[in-house]
Amino acid sequence: MSNGFTKGMARNMFYGGAVFFFLLFLGLTLDTTRKLPALDNRAALNENVAHGKLVWEQNNCIGCHTLLGEGAYFAPELGNVYKRRGPEFIKAWIKMQPTNAPGRRQMPNFNLTDQELDDLVQFLKYSGEINTNNWPPNIEG
Amino acid sequence: MQYQSQAVSKLYFTAAIGLFGAQILFGLIMGLQYVIGDFLFPAIPFNIARMVHTNLLIVWLLFGFMGAAYYLIPEESERELYSPALAKLLFWVFLVAGALTIVGYLMLPYADLARLTGNNLLATMGREFLEQPLITKIGIVIVALGFLFNISMTVLGGRKTSISLVMLMGLWGLAIFFLFSFYNPDNLVLDKYFWWWVVHLWVEGVWELILGAMLAFVLIKVTGVDREVIEKWLYVIIAFSLVTGIIGTGHHYFWIGTPDYWLPLGSFFSALEPIPFFMMTVFAFNMVNRRRRDHPNKVATLWAMGTGVMSFLGAGVWGFLHTLAPVNYYTHGTQITAAHGHMAFYGAYAMVVMTMISYAMPIMRGREANSNKSQVVEMWSFWLMTIAMVFITLFLTAAGILQVWLQRVSATPLSFMATQDQVAMFYWLREASGVVFLIGFVLYVISFFIKGEPATVVAKS
Repeated sequence: MSNGFTKGMARNMFYGGAVFFFLLFLGLTLDTTRKLPALDNRAALNENVAHGKLVWEQNNCIGCHTLLGEGAYFAPELGNVYKRRGPEFIKAWIKMQPTNAPGRRQMPNFNLTDQELDDLVQFLKYSGEINTNNWPPNIEG
Repeated sequence: MQYQSQAVSKLYFTAAIGLFGAQILFGLIMGLQYVIGDFLFPAIPFNIARMVHTNLLIVWLLFGFMGAAYYLIPEESERELYSPALAKLLFWVFLVAGALTIVGYLMLPYADLARLTGNNLLATMGREFLEQPLITKIGIVIVALGFLFNISMTVLGGRKTSISLVMLMGLWGLAIFFLFSFYNPDNLVLDKYFWWWVVHLWVEGVWELILGAMLAFVLIKVTGVDREVIEKWLYVIIAFSLVTGIIGTGHHYFWIGTPDYWLPLGSFFSALEPIPFFMMTVFAFNMVNRRRRDHPNKVATLWAMGTGVMSFLGAGVWGFLHTLAPVNYYTHGTQITAAHGHMAFYGAYAMVVMTMISYAMPIMRGREANSNKSQVVEMWSFWLMTIAMVFITLFLTAAGILQVWLQRVSATPLSFMATQDQVAMFYWLREASGVVFLIGFVLYVISFFIKGEPATVVAKS
């Protein structure tokens, strides 16, 4: 870089750029939180959904599955599983694990109670009704 | 070694290398589970192996960053570390806490671990990369605060250079943004929104400051180029990192329930994110070309140049590949993401830590550089690991493109598992590349045990 452009100028560019864009990011975050109520399906949030989220987290489901595309890529997307499979199938499927089919990917049995299963399904239903700008592209997730 | 207290970083680097090895082993287990689904089931289910793999990555990189700070901060500040004893104490606290956490992952069902460690009091677990029990998270904060106190006091009491200030800002940023891991609302969208404040603002934000500072430090040492020039580059690079990377967070806000203005905003700014990484490449090569001395530690220079190139390819090019919203609509959450993640973490962060280790370890062991024989073995490990990572990335990218086509673009889309069966060949090839990576790592470790006369260079006339 040429001698006309000094270290001091580079430093100012760094501090100025960092502060400006971080403040802009904070502003956008504030705006996002104001617009979220219309998008994030918070009307569906209740104790069961909250407990379902805890069940989801405490069994580390994200270690194999994706939820709205985030997580591990070893097992199917579950953000739209409620639409794809329906509540009864989901519960039956979780209960029958592991399949023990030789050579196939295995899901552990998490010994969930009926209440936990119901709440987990409620959480997945709630997740599936978030406005995700039409993602995923199709029902297969 | 200019200051005795720099020697504490030897502990940190040794732990980092050990944990890196464990990370690779768990990667190989997972890679095999992708094709032999019931491998090691139920002893190590995939979700546990993955958690161990990613958490080990984070922990060994943190060991690497802390070790790098303990080495470069005293030298930059021209004084001993504020408290070497505190640095040693925190090392053992962090190592034991980390080991206990990993043992907990492997020995207990995750739900039991959550119950035993009070996740019901404040639920923070079970989110990708932030799976650590509450007590481990609190432990990380305590260790980070002690560490930051130690190096901040060292900087405050000594010479303040741009490199040490940038390193310090990066590390403080790392600790501050980690605090968002304690925020886990029931609202999934808010949870995800601020989860990225840890994950994205780390790897595409403040960690780039740490990366830049470490690279600049080593380049000054091995090239002898004027500090003013190197620090000017450093500021320009990190300026671009934050200018593009902060709003670039928006590329994670496309499909998680956030407003749709993030689509153009995230696409535009994250499309610029390769710029600072490309500058990093130019920076490394330019400084080496303009070197005023030939440092006998040639392999450290190789790592430094490798970091420049691979961080650009992994973070820059492979990031750009799927960062535009219309593309990401199809690639989001596929093997494309995995491909990018692997080369970006290796190329930027694993390699810069190995650059630092390669430069500093010989000095801490009483010589300016290792013997030629040792350096040659380390160079082999550099090429094996780097080329293996390129192939891991290429095979995962191939798997990802096919996956996108079969599952999401096709007029008759296949289910997730049917698609996985179709791309299995690429997973086998990825696993084979993983074995080569492991061989590279074994050579890397061996290189530390090869003795011989320290390498020297004939002074240029």
